[in-house]
Amino acid sequence: MSSSIESLVNKEYQYGFVTDVESDTIAPGLTEDTVRLISSKKNEPEWLLEWRLKAFRRWQAMTEPHWSNLKYDPIDYQSQRYYSAPKSVTPLQSLDDVDPELLKTYDKLGISLSEQKFLAGVAVDAIFDSVSVGTTMKTELAAHGVIFCSFSEAVHNHPELIKKYLGSVVPYSDNFFAALNSAVFSDGSFCYVPKGVRCPIELSTYFRINAANTGQFERTLIVADEGAYVSYLEGCTAPKRDTHQLHAAVVELVALDNATVKYSTVQNWYAGDKEGKGGIYNFVTKRGKAHTNSKISWTQVETGSAITWKYPSVILQGDNSTGEFYSVAVVNNMQQADTGTKMIHIGKNSKSTIISKGISAGKGQNSYRGQVKMLPKAAGSRNYTQCDSMLIGNQCGAHTFPYIEVANNTSTTEHEASTSKIGEDQIFYCKQRGMNAEHAISLIVSGFCREVFKELPMEFALEAQQLLGITLEGSVG
Amino acid sequence: MLTIDNLHATAGDKEILKGISLTVNAGEVHAIMGPNGSGKSTLAQIIAGHPGYTVTSGSVTYEGRDLLALQAEERAQAGVFLAFQYPIEIPGVTNAYFFRTAYNEVRKANGKEELDPIEFLDLMETKLKLVEMDPAMLHRSVNAGFSGGEKKRNEILQMAVLEPKLAILDETDSGLDIDALRVVAGGVNALRRPDNAAIVVTHYQRLLNYIVPDFVHVLANGRIVKSGGKELALELEARGYDWVLEAA
Repeated sequence: MSSSIESLVNKEYQYGFVTDVESDTIAPGLTEDTVRLISSKKNEPEWLLEWRLKAFRRWQAMTEPHWSNLKYDPIDYQSQRYYSAPKSVTPLQSLDDVDPELLKTYDKLGISLSEQKFLAGVAVDAIFDSVSVGTTMKTELAAHGVIFCSFSEAVHNHPELIKKYLGSVVPYSDNFFAALNSAVFSDGSFCYVPKGVRCPIELSTYFRINAANTGQFERTLIVADEGAYVSYLEGCTAPKRDTHQLHAAVVELVALDNATVKYSTVQNWYAGDKEGKGGIYNFVTKRGKAHTNSKISWTQVETGSAITWKYPSVILQGDNSTGEFYSVAVVNNMQQADTGTKMIHIGKNSKSTIISKGISAGKGQNSYRGQVKMLPKAAGSRNYTQCDSMLIGNQCGAHTFPYIEVANNTSTTEHEASTSKIGEDQIFYCKQRGMNAEHAISLIVSGFCREVFKELPMEFALEAQQLLGITLEGSVG
Repeated sequence: MLTIDNLHATAGDKEILKGISLTVNAGEVHAIMGPNGSGKSTLAQIIAGHPGYTVTSGSVTYEGRDLLALQAEERAQAGVFLAFQYPIEIPGVTNAYFFRTAYNEVRKANGKEELDPIEFLDLMETKLKLVEMDPAMLHRSVNAGFSGGEKKRNEILQMAVLEPKLAILDETDSGLDIDALRVVAGGVNALRRPDNAAIVVTHYQRLLNYIVPDFVHVLANGRIVKSGGKELALELEARGYDWVLEAA
């Protein structure tokens, strides 16, 4: 049994190639001058530079947090490079001008940016290292009043929206990694859906780290105006490299009254080799603010990264607002994940659901960390948390850290947790019905993740299937 | 079809089977009876390829092939089916998907075309009637939250879907009330054909009123101590096992 589990979980990382492009990469190190340099490379207005500098100064006064259940060597922030862009990418270029080498890269990743082969019903913003390579279907979206473009472009074309919402959910002072990101963020995606508009297609950003010794610090901001709806997907991959690379992103979601934002991630950064050499250190701050009657839903499938530190959260600001968090986190070999969510109930009758599925294999360590907080005014609020762990093999670990605070006497919270091991009996049962061991494990794992996978948009459900080697047909629908 | 020759097997340090020999031909139903701990379930599991046992000597030949050299899934694909004494739960995986996957894996291995979900549902419709099961159960997770009787019916339903050449029923009757027993036995009988065979492992003669065997074997302490026709089961019911064990 163990050999079949090993062969399943030790599948080769498919996206580990490097694209050979000439890059404009700045020297390692982080000072105020680095921040100024990044800002000037992006030709940014003064107000944004000021914001970055405030963040940088704040960051300098902060210390890296170590409360997580993660063990890693100290990160030397001065040895990182904070900006790298392919020379062939010019600001605000059209898709027709994209370097064929970059197009090929995305083709290899299964993301076609060329006009003829767009993914049906999905608009893509492609981020390569520190810059956006291009955004598809912009014109189609504009017809509905939907703005979808790179963050840099939005700074120039929609400064009033950026000024209003940047840092409104995750202030630059929020935490060490958010402050770092606010100082040096290079690009990312921006989306605005106007009042009452239901965004007709899925929006998607594909993040690719390519350059060596370079961190990626992107920033995504999604605003759904009153009564609007948007579903957004995020994918990420990186080459195989022997050194750890830092990825510290910030994602802010704003759902105004009666709006819905659905955000799905399939995170497949390079995880490092079996001995834990290389791989991405992923320190991400994701948070949404839900206004009256609005809904924010996070779905994540976390399979990559050497280290994952990530807690997509919802501030349930408005009355009757809804927050959801559906997560599958897989660790294998030497991977470590400390992930979960925060649901902060402020509005009356607000409602949150947390479904977390952790799968640990190899020597992987998987921690769920979740906070549910009901403030005094959040009368009649409800939370349901379900937190399940599955162990494959006997050298891995699963940990659960729930924090529940209720400050009123009309709210209810429920927390359920379970840990199971893929049993020899389950595998034998499947084998006795004609399936091989690999197929059996896929089936059992996909069943375990079913509640989360069914939340993924179909395009991503398929990607998640490929990622986990899982046949999803039976678990979706 | 199946020839077991002087089979010895252990679980851990303990020898459980101590020289079993048995021949099953196409068209036959063999009942294996015997007291608790005699090795009945072990024999069933070893034929199916459970990894928890070690065969120390002897052989099992199935349709001219060395069965013990095959992986459990290869045995299933070759037509060996085990109805589990304790069917396993697989949360989150629907019965419909599980059955279709199993069905298609077996088809594929035999060079036949796989069925798509719609074709498969058509097939299921007739099979469900055979075991008098509600089609709604197709959309429930495999055995999860099933009652004991439902689990056993679900095993027979899988058997009906897979149409094995050699079916082994491991105490399928235990825990069944009389109605469920009738349904399960009816399903098994409906599947009896001149070109397939069944081994029915049971404690009680009761099941054999419904599934009438051609041969009855008494297993005790890892050996077959007595074989006979269907009337042996009645005699065991009336007199218990002691007289057989003493005679052995």
